Amino acid sequence: MRMTELRSFTPARVALGRSGNGLPTAELLDFQLAHARARDAVHDPLDARALGRELALRGWPSVVVKSAARDRAMYLRRPDLGRRLADPEALSGLGRSRLAVVLADGLSPRAVATHAVPLLEALIPRLDRTPALVIVEQGRVAIGDEIGERLGAELVVVLIGERPGLTSPDSLGAYVTWSPKPGRTDAERNCVSNIRAEGLAPAAAAELLYVLIEAARTRRLTGVNLKVDAKGLPGA
Amino acid sequence: MSYRHAVGGRVYRFDDLRTLLGKAGPARSGDDLAGLSAESAEERVAARMALADVGLKAFLNEAFAPYETDEVTRLIVDSHDARAFEPVSSLTVGEFRDWLLGEQASGERLAALAPGVTPEMAAAVSKIMRAQDLIAVAAKIRVVTRFRTTVGLAGRLSTRLQPNHPTDDPVGVAASIIDGLMLESGDAVIGINPVTDSVDVTERLLRLIDGLRLRFQIPVQSCVLAHVTTQMEALGRGAPVDLVFQSIAGTEAANASFGVTLAMLDEAHQAARELGRGENIMYFETGQGSALSAGAHHGVDQQTCEARAYAVARRYRPMLVNTVVGFIGPEYLYDGKQIVRAGLEDHFCGKLLGLPMGCDVCYTNHAEADQDDMDQLLTLLGVAGVNYIMGVPGADDVMLHYQSTSFHDALYLRSALGLRPAPEFEAWLNANDRTALLHAGPRSLGAIG
Repeated sequence: MRMTELRSFTPARVALGRSGNGLPTAELLDFQLAHARARDAVHDPLDARALGRELALRGWPSVVVKSAARDRAMYLRRPDLGRRLADPEALSGLGRSRLAVVLADGLSPRAVATHAVPLLEALIPRLDRTPALVIVEQGRVAIGDEIGERLGAELVVVLIGERPGLTSPDSLGAYVTWSPKPGRTDAERNCVSNIRAEGLAPAAAAELLYVLIEAARTRRLTGVNLKVDAKGLPGA
Repeated sequence: MSYRHAVGGRVYRFDDLRTLLGKAGPARSGDDLAGLSAESAEERVAARMALADVGLKAFLNEAFAPYETDEVTRLIVDSHDARAFEPVSSLTVGEFRDWLLGEQASGERLAALAPGVTPEMAAAVSKIMRAQDLIAVAAKIRVVTRFRTTVGLAGRLSTRLQPNHPTDDPVGVAASIIDGLMLESGDAVIGINPVTDSVDVTERLLRLIDGLRLRFQIPVQSCVLAHVTTQMEALGRGAPVDLVFQSIAGTEAANASFGVTLAMLDEAHQAARELGRGENIMYFETGQGSALSAGAHHGVDQQTCEARAYAVARRYRPMLVNTVVGFIGPEYLYDGKQIVRAGLEDHFCGKLLGLPMGCDVCYTNHAEADQDDMDQLLTLLGVAGVNYIMGVPGADDVMLHYQSTSFHDALYLRSALGLRPAPEFEAWLNANDRTALLHAGPRSLGAIG
């Protein structure tokens, strides 16, 4: 077997060759391109109005709100501000709703811009009614707790851009939390991660989320005590 | 007890040692987040001046987390070796820095001192040391450990081969191991972070490494970095466990967030000791920010919390300890400058406390850092005598989504500084045609798992 054949067995950067002890130029620049894309994925802002229009086209009303982190630099330094709404009154136009879906930019705004709509297209038709939809700029996962509580929701689903990797700049995560209110911990949530074309496809993620939502409503809880296996079947 | 220092007519007051250490540290996003940082550049230096005048003995009388409720504090206090401490017991923190830099502070003397130094003393003195001080003192200290290889000898640099795969596929893992061995990596450990924390996956991956090691007679040790309880279950099933791993932190509550207590670590250590593989059988990872992230820092700055984790580590005479310095993200270490400084502090404090320190020189994509910053820290740590660094294919961990150091980076560092691999591994490299690994191929090797 030749070294380069190792590449067919793993997405890892194996068999790169050598220039002395360094990387060959093409590999050096390929890495820089991947890093540049991951950096851009973190820093390119979410076009929240455009996302709202996409949702409206499908007949789903939404509102756009901001977290207390006023810009990306503050967002990166102050996770606590990304978990709070800048202006809670911004939600006053929405009525109460059993289920709230939060679309937050997170660490990869591109992920939510790309994958949230296809995921909701597969999810919303299966629900008994359209959930309240809230788009958040500079949001962290836990901002869903405040939003869910204010909307009187029994369940909140947060779709949020995950920390980008070199091979996955646009990976979306989905967090499901029963009885949302500020102070909930990660152990009280269920997570579906790696939602992207090369990972878990949005339609498959919607299927998994649907099962989680149904299971959470039946058991009236989420988190470590609500196990759903890889095939999307509720466990013991 | 409170501390004060007057600078140009202004008196700065610090309520206790915790506060003083927090304010004396370099600008750091995690301490800003915790509200522990100095409020001005002048206050920061005033804190350092006040700290330099504090006697080391003060650290034996003031607990950073409550003795009654924090078992890490109890470990630190109860295991302090007063005889080892004697040579520096009358010094202030500032005098301690001078003493450490002096010629009389030889490697042997520093090794003898280690049980007398508390983590808080190490953190305190590091805060008034420049980068070159942190390097110069650490470079005097060799902490040598042995399993199948000997790691930490003078003139040697080892690597952890980290062949992670996004689905724990044994064939994919084997491909990365082959690549790493071809590039002379793996003499500290072949250590895999599994995606799934399960006994089955742990056992399968351990069997893969063990089968490869036996087939090609490679002097290496294996580790699958699942939770310690998962590794113990695998051990109970007869899986070939070499090093037992756990992530640890510097307070009882932060360790609880990792799902561990000292009693659990004691038990795991005892079980691994019973395999009769020698003294050095544990592997620990740490990182600044883990205590704050768990809301378990007790008002203690993140670097001091990190040094306290080393007190946990040294209880077990581990084979390997490394800080994963840039992994946690920019809310704790904002940019390349902060990551570089933290890496040097962690390596210094670990060595001063008697640990076989390595470093995962790394960053995430939301930090203000890139490969140039990693090259700097890598080179500085090489000069400081770091025991080992990571070897990740192309520096890109495709499972954990961060950038570490590559097989190539280790070759560069060995070449630039005249360092060699661990002697047993070097002998294997010299005596064997490694293309046999390639001819066997990942499918055949992966099938062992």
